[in-house]
Amino acid sequence: MNKLKIVLSGIVKNNPTFVLVLGMCPTLGTTTSAENGMGMGLATMAVLIMSNLVISLVKNIIPDKVRIPAFIVIIASFVTIIQMLMQAFVPALYASLGVFIPLIVVNCIILGRAEAFASKNTPFDSMLDGIGIGLGFTLSLTVIGAVREVLGGGSIFGYPLGIGDYTPLIFVLAPGAFLVLGYLMVLFNKLAKK
Amino acid sequence: MTAVLFGITLVASAGVGVVNMITVEPIAQAELAAKNEALNKVLPAFDNQEIVELEIDDMPIVTYVASKDDEVVGYAVETMSKQGFGGEIKLMVGFTPEGKVINVNVLKQTETPGLGTKMTEEGNPLIRSIKGQIPEQKKLVAGKLAVRKDGGDVDALTAATISSRAYVDAINRAWMAYRNVALGETVSDTASGASRTNEPQAQEGGRNE
Repeated sequence: MNKLKIVLSGIVKNNPTFVLVLGMCPTLGTTTSAENGMGMGLATMAVLIMSNLVISLVKNIIPDKVRIPAFIVIIASFVTIIQMLMQAFVPALYASLGVFIPLIVVNCIILGRAEAFASKNTPFDSMLDGIGIGLGFTLSLTVIGAVREVLGGGSIFGYPLGIGDYTPLIFVLAPGAFLVLGYLMVLFNKLAKK
Repeated sequence: MTAVLFGITLVASAGVGVVNMITVEPIAQAELAAKNEALNKVLPAFDNQEIVELEIDDMPIVTYVASKDDEVVGYAVETMSKQGFGGEIKLMVGFTPEGKVINVNVLKQTETPGLGTKMTEEGNPLIRSIKGQIPEQKKLVAGKLAVRKDGGDVDALTAATISSRAYVDAINRAWMAYRNVALGETVSDTASGASRTNEPQAQEGGRNE
């Protein structure tokens, strides 16, 4: 398979947020600002690349019956590692993402890619798939976060746009997350079809 | 089958253990740096600090008695409230030796973004109506600070009454700790009774934040 195609497919054709509609909990929960969305996306991408790579490497020695527990152990280890690294080196982002970091373990994108891709393809291709899907997730979350931050908080990446007092707060609250996600999904699929 | 699963968990736990060894030091340093930054924000320059740990309303409240050249220059109280809209709120409150609030720094909060989170911004209504003032000279309700809605004179954040009440609740606890440590008064008992009567009110308002 064409290497570039694997990466691109994760961003457009198999975009985890707008096309596969996986991992909705962190998507709705963490995208209150562009920065949070991007941080969550990058943390997930790091876990995804590592878990895809390792699962693809060990896929032949894992008996079929225990593959799910084995995948979960591998994924959980990487999440714990990422969590400790974030706590040590980016404590501010770690504090703002809070409980969503450990919850990457149960993000269905990661287990989904382990099952659907990494357990059937070569380690290098699996890593590329991790990069592609990870980038797709990061970009989607950043865009959702940016739209919500601009509409609801009147700023982007923390920089105020000078419209702070006149923005409808609903966009940074939970209902706004659904609204923005829905409209962006329509827009994305319309553009992707062309 | 079992052996493979055992092998995987063994390797995984070894990996996590190694990363823990690498990060345990930076994590401790990051936490210390955050604490020191919070202390510096609410205190004048100091060269020595003494730690007094208290328990008020079953919550651990830590007071840092800061001194410079053996003279007390201020008290920083690490205080908290459990009445926030999204859980616990932790604040660092600085007092001058005379009891004037120097500054307040939010250490931890999980309030609603855009509403309760405004408590972390500089110059928000809460801090404006507390900073540089002596709590005793404010309009007190049952011996405690209160937001305007509850009869006090602390300005609340717009559309975030619960968060504002929790903030003031934490400030009150800091003030109690200050009086305990600096003036030697025992005020925690009367205070815990008062805070309990406040709780149902906070719950009720919680429906519309």
